[in-house]
Amino acid sequence: MGDLLREPLTWGHALIFAAAAILLMGIVLGFVTYAIYFERKVIGWMQLRVGPNRVGPFGLLQTVADVLKLLLKEDTIPRKADRVLFVLAPVLAFVPAFAVLAVIPYTQSLYFADLNVGVLYYVALSGISTLAIVLGGWASNNKYALLGGMRSAAQMISYEVPLVISIVGTVMLSGSMNLRTIVEAQSGGWFWNWHFLPQFIGFGVFMIAAVSELNRTPFDLPEAESELVAGYHVEYSGFRFAFFMLTEYVYVYAIAALTTVLFLGGWHAPAPFLAVVPGLIWFILKFACIVFFLFWLRATFPRVRVDQLMGFGWKVLLPLAIVNVFVTAGYIELFIKH
Amino acid sequence: MAYMNNYVVVTIFILLGVLLPVAALTAGRLLRPNKPTEEKRTTYESGNEPVGEGQVRFNIRYYLFALMFVIFDVETVFLYPWAVAYHKLGLFVLVEMLIFVALLLVGLLYAWKKKVLKWNSV
Repeated sequence: MGDLLREPLTWGHALIFAAAAILLMGIVLGFVTYAIYFERKVIGWMQLRVGPNRVGPFGLLQTVADVLKLLLKEDTIPRKADRVLFVLAPVLAFVPAFAVLAVIPYTQSLYFADLNVGVLYYVALSGISTLAIVLGGWASNNKYALLGGMRSAAQMISYEVPLVISIVGTVMLSGSMNLRTIVEAQSGGWFWNWHFLPQFIGFGVFMIAAVSELNRTPFDLPEAESELVAGYHVEYSGFRFAFFMLTEYVYVYAIAALTTVLFLGGWHAPAPFLAVVPGLIWFILKFACIVFFLFWLRATFPRVRVDQLMGFGWKVLLPLAIVNVFVTAGYIELFIKH
Repeated sequence: MAYMNNYVVVTIFILLGVLLPVAALTAGRLLRPNKPTEEKRTTYESGNEPVGEGQVRFNIRYYLFALMFVIFDVETVFLYPWAVAYHKLGLFVLVEMLIFVALLLVGLLYAWKKKVLKWNSV
């Protein structure tokens, strides 16, 4: 991909780009299918259950069966719902979730779009999904959906601020918003060159805010099933509901890949003698660890209360993220410039 | 000019992102049954008859959080170019950014003291 991007655009090249993007979409859909299976299995084992094991060998086709079932379900739109917005919301949720994947670099040569504003592109587009959730909640004309949508919007915008500011330290150390340059800035052979150690405050804030952005436990208040039935997508059925679920898991993919790139050294090996293993393998390993971490959290933590949630974001995470920016600035002044 | 290729890729991703839901929902229309009845199309309220309007009044607090978000999200717009160019800039710019962020933190402290950040103060 890298060489083609530097050549003048022809129709042939555009077709190759499109084919590569379709291939990635296939990979992402495959990831989502087995991430859901893996999540159910892992949580099952952690709770001393078996997890899905009926459909196909070891239950491997469980998610496929679920998707087929959703595809064949009748699609009901409530009479009182705002039809146009109701139909638009799941599409609007999915588009940014897939579009952010364009900037993720997997190895030195395997990447899709090499934007100089990669970080900004990611955070700007992922913000649009909040809009889709409010839209879905509002258009349903349902009390649960409206409350879930408002909660979700308040939570996502409150945690987006510390999320965005926690990346600033990484950008300062690398001197670029290009994700490939950020990974290159973490080279040096050893794992302590990766940004998660010099940026440990930023990394901590980023992980907590990212879990909250994903609406996953312990921050899954928008979907608190014991209080709000299902939150913003309570009126959605069939494949429209499936697209909200799909969006959630595509964001799991995106956040895991982004964390790997920003803080865990991307495709770099943790030690010089391990560099014989290809970079893509290291990327996938780190990526898988973060995905597992997200699922592990769900089996471990209870849900936070809504009054603790907002206070934590604004009173703890935001000041910490800002302190991190200036600690990084001081560190660069004292140790790197001189 | 070749840099524009990256934006061609981005456009392809956005188009594909639109295409998948549209294609899936259109294919689904051919496959799924469609037998709407009046009961199916009522608003869901845990099996009870829906009471009043669905778009009820909600807490003013959400609006205050939106205001805070606008302030601090604009701050990040200034932080990013500053962070990219930090290596080339001197100590003077660091002090300038400190003053800028301090001004915003005064705003955060004000909201904190006014109990905007406390969920159940009203």
